[in-house]
Amino acid sequence: MRARHPEALVVLADGTTFRGEAFGALASGEATVATGELVFNTAMSGYQEIVTDPSYAGQVIAFTYPHIGNYGVSPADEESGRPYCRGIVVRDLASRPSSWRAEGDLESFLEAHGLGGVCGVDTRRLTRHVREVGAMPCALGTAPEGELLLAAKAEPGTEGVDLVGEVTTAAPYEVPGGPLRVVAYDFGVKATMLRSLSSFATVEVVPATTPADEVLASRPDGVLLSNGPGDPAALSHLVATVRELLGEVPVFGICLGHQLVAAALGASTYKLHFGHHGANHPVRRLSTGTVEVTSQNHGYAVDPGSLERAPEAVEVTHVNLNDGVVEGIECRGLRAFAVQYHPEAGPGPHDARYLFGRFRDLMERSETAGRRP
Amino acid sequence: MPRRDDISTILVLGSGPIVIGQACEFDYSGTQACRVLREEGYRVVLVNSNPATIMTDPGLAHRTYVEPLVPDVVAAIVERERPDAVLPTMGGQTALNLAVALHSSGVLERFGVELIGASLEAIRTAEDRERFKEAMTEIGLAVPDSGFAHDLDEALAIGEAVGFPAMVRPSFILGGAGTGIARDSAELAELARAGLAASPVSEILVERSIAGWKEYELEVMRDRADNCVVVCSIENFDPMGVHTGDSITVAPAQTLSDVEYQAMRDAALACIRRVGVETGGSNIQFAVDPATGQRLVIEMNPRVSRSSALASKATGFPIAKIAARLAVGYTLDEIANDITKATPASFEPTIDYVVTKVPRWAFEKLPGVADRLGTRMQSVGEVMAIGRTFPESLQKALRGLEQGRLGLNCDPAEARLEACSTEELLERARVATPERPFEVEALLRREVPVERVAEATGIDPWFLDRIEEIVEGRRLLDGLARAGAGALAGVPASTWRRLKRLGFSDAQIAWRLEVEEREVRVARLAAGVAATFKTVDTCGAEFAAETPYYYSTYEEEDEVRPAEKPRVVILGSGPNRIGQGIEFDYCCVHASQALREAGYETVMVNCNPETVSTDYDTSDRLYFEPITEEDVLGVLEAERSAGAGGVVGVIVGLGGQTPLKLAGRLGPGQVLGTSPESIDAAEDRERWAALCARLEIPQPAGGVARSLAEARAVAERIGYPVLVRPSYVLGGRAMEIVYDDQGLEEAMAQLQGKGSLGREGGLSAERPVLVDRFLEDAVEVDVDAVRDSAGEVLIGGVMEHVEEAGVHSGDSACAIPPPTLSAETVAVLEGYTASIAGALEVVGPLNVQYAVKSGQVFVIEANPRASRTVPFVSKATGVPLARVAARLMLGATLAELRAEGMLASAVAPGASAVAPGARSRNVSVKEAVLPFDRFPGVDALLGPEMRSTGEVMGVAPTFGLAFAKSQIAAGNRLPESGLVLFSLADRDKPQGLLAARSFAELGFSIAATEGTAEYLEDNGVAVATRVAKIGEGGAARGLPDAVELIAGDGVRLVVNTPRGRGSRADGAYIRRAASANRVPILTTVAAARAAAAGIADWARLGLSVTSLQEHQELLVGPEGAPPARARTGEEAPKR
Repeated sequence: MRARHPEALVVLADGTTFRGEAFGALASGEATVATGELVFNTAMSGYQEIVTDPSYAGQVIAFTYPHIGNYGVSPADEESGRPYCRGIVVRDLASRPSSWRAEGDLESFLEAHGLGGVCGVDTRRLTRHVREVGAMPCALGTAPEGELLLAAKAEPGTEGVDLVGEVTTAAPYEVPGGPLRVVAYDFGVKATMLRSLSSFATVEVVPATTPADEVLASRPDGVLLSNGPGDPAALSHLVATVRELLGEVPVFGICLGHQLVAAALGASTYKLHFGHHGANHPVRRLSTGTVEVTSQNHGYAVDPGSLERAPEAVEVTHVNLNDGVVEGIECRGLRAFAVQYHPEAGPGPHDARYLFGRFRDLMERSETAGRRP
Repeated sequence: MPRRDDISTILVLGSGPIVIGQACEFDYSGTQACRVLREEGYRVVLVNSNPATIMTDPGLAHRTYVEPLVPDVVAAIVERERPDAVLPTMGGQTALNLAVALHSSGVLERFGVELIGASLEAIRTAEDRERFKEAMTEIGLAVPDSGFAHDLDEALAIGEAVGFPAMVRPSFILGGAGTGIARDSAELAELARAGLAASPVSEILVERSIAGWKEYELEVMRDRADNCVVVCSIENFDPMGVHTGDSITVAPAQTLSDVEYQAMRDAALACIRRVGVETGGSNIQFAVDPATGQRLVIEMNPRVSRSSALASKATGFPIAKIAARLAVGYTLDEIANDITKATPASFEPTIDYVVTKVPRWAFEKLPGVADRLGTRMQSVGEVMAIGRTFPESLQKALRGLEQGRLGLNCDPAEARLEACSTEELLERARVATPERPFEVEALLRREVPVERVAEATGIDPWFLDRIEEIVEGRRLLDGLARAGAGALAGVPASTWRRLKRLGFSDAQIAWRLEVEEREVRVARLAAGVAATFKTVDTCGAEFAAETPYYYSTYEEEDEVRPAEKPRVVILGSGPNRIGQGIEFDYCCVHASQALREAGYETVMVNCNPETVSTDYDTSDRLYFEPITEEDVLGVLEAERSAGAGGVVGVIVGLGGQTPLKLAGRLGPGQVLGTSPESIDAAEDRERWAALCARLEIPQPAGGVARSLAEARAVAERIGYPVLVRPSYVLGGRAMEIVYDDQGLEEAMAQLQGKGSLGREGGLSAERPVLVDRFLEDAVEVDVDAVRDSAGEVLIGGVMEHVEEAGVHSGDSACAIPPPTLSAETVAVLEGYTASIAGALEVVGPLNVQYAVKSGQVFVIEANPRASRTVPFVSKATGVPLARVAARLMLGATLAELRAEGMLASAVAPGASAVAPGARSRNVSVKEAVLPFDRFPGVDALLGPEMRSTGEVMGVAPTFGLAFAKSQIAAGNRLPESGLVLFSLADRDKPQGLLAARSFAELGFSIAATEGTAEYLEDNGVAVATRVAKIGEGGAARGLPDAVELIAGDGVRLVVNTPRGRGSRADGAYIRRAASANRVPILTTVAAARAAAAGIADWARLGLSVTSLQEHQELLVGPEGAPPARARTGEEAPKR
């Protein structure tokens, strides 16, 4: 008989409790506790990419799809060197992965990184609750309910917290690739994003705190502002860096990078009720009217009203068809464009990969046109 | 892009009769398409030969042609209706083929008709293997390599090119003879030699074998702005090698990493773009090598399909409805998601549950067919179940199949696996059969490692590991069983929850703990573990769902929303099977429509994904649940707690035998309409006989037997031939006509333990066998009627069967009005029916079967429930019988319905809707469609066991013409001239003579086997060709034998009657030869006479088409008003 997991709870800061069983690191101790902001992700595959996506730093991920871990884990699917999320909540954890690609199982993988989660949970009830009350701090583990509730209430969540420092690279490194030279600001960059760039560029990945003039001095063909965790409003120092870059070099922002570009242009951001976390979001590309099915992972978004007040002419290029959230902007004058969603996918559909081509074109055009003074 | 304004009339092609591989999923899609196009303001013309469909309800299209789906007939409809466009993607392969034929014959061009949904180019690219392969290669997608070889060298060269293992398939071989897999060239040489010899055209297909690979399907939609979405991914539990229609399938895909899934998605989108399906849905099948992940494209259907119906029900994304909108110009982002209302359809559904589909086969009805699954689809229906996990959904699906299984083993039927050794079980599991999942569970329970089971079966270890979890649940139960009596009370909630989350039914638990199911239920509820209902919402709960589409599971939260009105629960008919199919779904859907109109909220419970009833907008609430006592009680509990007027009651009388079986178990006062007591009175042989005696209605002599000795005693008393049939079955299951003691012995053996009925419960004191005198040469008649609670009876239709009594009514052609019965006989039939309805206190529908012999009427049986013929009667007469029945069950009277206009005043109290001949200028003929072409080993003769899968209807001014149309529609086109081969049993010769004479008069030449020839010539019919019977040394006498003659391409029609003794074996050869050579065959003299009449009328009157709307206009009552028109609530065309 397979090992049974110890009973555990997921307790939200509002006191709502979900029953389940602890696994991974949460199953190993006497009375375990993990905390984080609870979000749900609706993708049906790609749990390893999601778990290792640095943008989930500070968060606990609940998967709406009930069977998680089915095809195990593979180093090829890691979006970063380790999971940055604080734990996961699932309905059913596969005890035996099945895939020719698998090199291990999800539970052992999490445990190796000191992480765990709770399984057997009515994740649909949880999702419906979060849908109603919004993303919220939670605590999970085998500790008594009271202790978990206190931990959940003590958990700061993501609002106003700078989480980028937790996930950015300590030192610059190079990803070899194509002839163009791109500097990628690592706010929590995903491996697939770097892979996508490397098909046409050699990528210098730099820490989030790298000064703009240092980057500009290296005369790159373009700068990528990566995805990353948390609240953009807590990152004014990065906004300042981006402001210095804009206009000097072609800039492509993704996710947090998109929010930082918008902020640098004078726009403001706000927290979404429960965010967009999934692989099925329809986004309209306004220039063609066509729809892209996109991979998304963000809890904050750009306020469209504030964009209109921006001093530079900023065009909204992409809009989420579910709720109208701004999904892409462009500032032609400054050779900058950005999208809120994940064109690199990983996980998710590849419909928006053309955006990397656009970045390449932008850089190549800038090259022929000669750099601006 | 808005809807197209450059077209106004659209012709929708249906898929015709239900056959294996093409079932009611196309009624579901076609119904949605008609509704949508009508809503959009187009004039809709529909053609479909299947009267049992919802789509052919006269209110759904402006013009509905229940006409044969063959090119010349459809061309005549095109000429008459002048559509601007044809939508061929809703009617399966039949409709696509028709579209291609209409193009090839120039009809489309001549009348300026455009194909919408899929272009000719797209259809051809998808359908032609070579073109498809080329197209896929062009976009860099791999397909399995193959080639045709005509000699050994060619075979070996192809083998080298495609790689090993290679599959060898001889062409034109029935039953897969000579097929095999070669691992190297030496094996290929051997197989190829044998295969070339076996093939009548010396041709073999050598194909790279991918048996054992994993199989996937993606459902893709594309609009004219080139937006593409994948609606659903499906993974097959059974590996490649089993037809996907015969596979257990699971949604979403379970064992693909995102990297692999997205690559497959990219391939699917590239495929739909390259094939060029511009607007609509397609399904694309892939095979994946489990060892390397290598992926091949297997095939693509440029239309909605069985899988897209499944995907629609599995996700809540209505593919056909949206495909229809896309076909007229909308784009995905312009269409709202029906379920959330707030978000657009241009997204990809995400689900938070697991859907499992399990096929249902009918091997028990087809003696001689091995129940081995392969690349040719053999299943007749399917069940879908939704659970939060795979184990839960698998077990729910298995109990929903209604084949006597309570789940994945843990039931009485598992005993037959217990007798096998482990090695034996492992060997059996290597072959895909309907039993394999049960064998797999038994193996895992015996601790055979997952690896070994995976190696033997090719089933992915993930699925096996999940089944092992079920095994662990079983061990938990075993532990409880060991604890002995009283264990039940002490079972903690956590254990209950674990068992229920693994999908164990109360019945399984009861069996293992040797207690009553009811006790399990009570103990479980006492422990606080009740079913919770979750919503199917397309979005994993990300958005609020507007649509109450539920499934049960065991979780912490129940989502059933408060109701606003009193509710009526309608129990559906479960998976399609022979004897219980789309007709019953039609009745349930009609009931739901009528009761919604009458101000109730309707609650549908069903588990068949192909149907209209499981469309989330057919009823106010939909529960996708197995139709078992436990699951239905769960729904009733949930609905009772939903407030606002509560549950008025449950309709069990419209879904066939499935819901009827539950009538007694739903609690007092729950069943609407005819009481369970009356249902039993009709079913219980003794009570029924007493009732007939009291009413002075003659019955054939008969008796009840619980053993062979008792059966013998009855037969001795009443004399042979006798009709032997078990009680409580539908579709003439295991029914037989026997002529002597030996036959009786064989028939009784079939019913006992080891016989074919043994697995379905066998013979028991509760299930006696009925032994009746069989009335030879009697005319069989079906009467459908309804009765209200005030006692008024309305005769819906009197149907005279073409085939004589003894052929199951479901397999027999029948006609309205009755062509040969006298008005007096019809009056007697109607009178008897009214008395029976009264005596049984029927409230709702009643079907009575009669045999008329020499003017005397005998009653065979009465069923106080909707019958298979209700849709046909409704279409023939214009009386919406099922709607009327549903209203009556809720207490309305016929007088009230008449006042409402549901029945026109012309239908006077006590009168029949259509008196014989009097009020109709048309004759309607229903013909059965049989699955024999799928099962070459089965003798194509008709008998008391029903074997048809579907039906067609022909409407025409004369019986002959209507019969001829029904034959064409059934795929049995009657010849206009040529040679007709007669081979008649002695007792059929006098009647056969009349048929032969008619054929001769029509200019046909007659061929006949020796005895028949002699009889015909003695009676003045010239026989052009005499043929020998097999094994009678005809060759020695210089005569061709019948099989040679048929194979020799000279014969246009075969009339071979096998009834009685003696001619059986010989006839089988003739019938098989006819099937193999696609020569139409008639196996009763009655049908031969009807055919002669049809050919004569066809020659005299020619082809004409008429719409159902026009036909029903002709049903003019005495006062000149059309009687009992179907009230559809739909307005006249907008344009």
